[in-house]
Amino acid sequence: MKPGRFTALVVAGMAVSGCGGIQNALGGQAVQSRDFVSLFAVFMVVCTVMYFVTVGTLMWAVFRRRRATEACTVETGRHEVSAPGSRTALVVWTTLIAVGLSALAVASFFTDRSLAAAARSPKLAITVTANQWWWDVQYTPDNPSHIIRTANELHLPVGVPAEITLKSNDVIHSFWIPNLAGKQDVIPGRVTDAQILPRQIGQYRGQCAEFCGTEHANMALDVTVESMADFKKWAAAQLQPAIAPTTPLAAAGFNYVTTRQCSVCHNITGTPANGQLGPDLTHLASRKTIAAGTLPLTRGNLYGWVADPQSQKPGSQMPTMQIAPQDLHAIVAYLETLK
Amino acid sequence: MSLPFRNSGSAAAAVALLALLGACDRESRNTRGQPLGETVPTGASPDTIYPGNSQPPPLTAQAAAYENNAYAISQGQQLFTQMNCVGCHSHGGGGMGPPLMDAKWRYGGRIDQIAASIAEGRPNGMPAWRSKLTSEQIWQLAAYVRSLSGQVPKDAVSARADTLSNTPPQTQQTPEPVLPAGSAQQ
Repeated sequence: MKPGRFTALVVAGMAVSGCGGIQNALGGQAVQSRDFVSLFAVFMVVCTVMYFVTVGTLMWAVFRRRRATEACTVETGRHEVSAPGSRTALVVWTTLIAVGLSALAVASFFTDRSLAAAARSPKLAITVTANQWWWDVQYTPDNPSHIIRTANELHLPVGVPAEITLKSNDVIHSFWIPNLAGKQDVIPGRVTDAQILPRQIGQYRGQCAEFCGTEHANMALDVTVESMADFKKWAAAQLQPAIAPTTPLAAAGFNYVTTRQCSVCHNITGTPANGQLGPDLTHLASRKTIAAGTLPLTRGNLYGWVADPQSQKPGSQMPTMQIAPQDLHAIVAYLETLK
Repeated sequence: MSLPFRNSGSAAAAVALLALLGACDRESRNTRGQPLGETVPTGASPDTIYPGNSQPPPLTAQAAAYENNAYAISQGQQLFTQMNCVGCHSHGGGGMGPPLMDAKWRYGGRIDQIAASIAEGRPNGMPAWRSKLTSEQIWQLAAYVRSLSGQVPKDAVSARADTLSNTPPQTQQTPEPVLPAGSAQQ
């Protein structure tokens, strides 16, 4: 294969790979992102047509044969004010611009209305607090005994409008779930919000979209859109306090986690570990990833992460703790019980 | 012989430019606290009064690595709020606990002495943080506490505090002299 063709194939492959899967701005799996995709299509068509008309006209002007009458305009000093047909062209051109701009304005207006309608009367209140470099997620229903706190994962029932309140603890972040909604900047000292009305069950990936420090790229959010029944089951499980350890190894891990460095930052509901600085670990083992989407949740990754977070995510706020091997076994055994 | 520069002025400018470029080497961030091997001074506070010799021993490589390190100081600033040091010491001005931005140090104002105070705790309310924070974090906190009394070079401290403050920024602070340990009682 020629190198040129190979490069073209690679570029095309990369471009296409951006158009599918769990992180896709053209997915349209929520009312908000669907509206944006339609608006994007209208803008794309209008702007592409106008672009080709403009460039085509320019090319025609450059390459057309000069007419005999114009040949000696410079020499004779006679200027033909209007070439035949130029008035028609002017009218057509002006009409095109007017129609194109009107189409954009109308499309924009209806998108706005549709977004406003989807955001009306939200049924689910969620507060998402951005931190360097993870997401703190809190479901805040009217009944305070039903508050759920989790981290780096968002569960949404399909067809239920959710109002997401966005806060930041440190620097400016941006909340973006390409398949569903966003982007919305998250600014320290200020409250912003985003609305999501999911239409399609599935797994999606959110990502911080504003550079926020060294680990910005590893600041992801696992989003699960599920049926109302599944969501209720998940919420009921999340409301439970952590399970007490049963094996001696897990009990040793419980001791370490609740009395040493871990509990200074992490909260495990139902245990003495009540730190508020790091992700809530109450139901850690029920999640899909750890460290804000950095690693899939597996036993090996848990070992690697607890033993040396700074080699997995350099600069992250979780320090490398030089844990003794027997303690590490115990900690991982305990963390795996936190379903 | 032909020189590449027309006059001595351009040569001097080129040399100055090279010297400036040499200054572009930023300190590197040591996020793991390794390979130094993390240790915090244990037992009694490392004292500055020695019989027969008034010179205290030099700082260890550990202490020296954290002492004027900008990354350690800014991480320490974050920990100072997160670990609620402000609860007693306020943002350096003191309250229930002693102020940290003056010249008085009950247990010594050297970085290893401050680290020891944080790790071991002190009478009348200062808790021991040894098993709650990593050694690296204790060193970072100590590095920041030193900066509160202006003992750190201006290019290492944050030009802006993380919190609201009615005092001038740390970059404009005049350093407080470090009095020897024990002089606070006098």
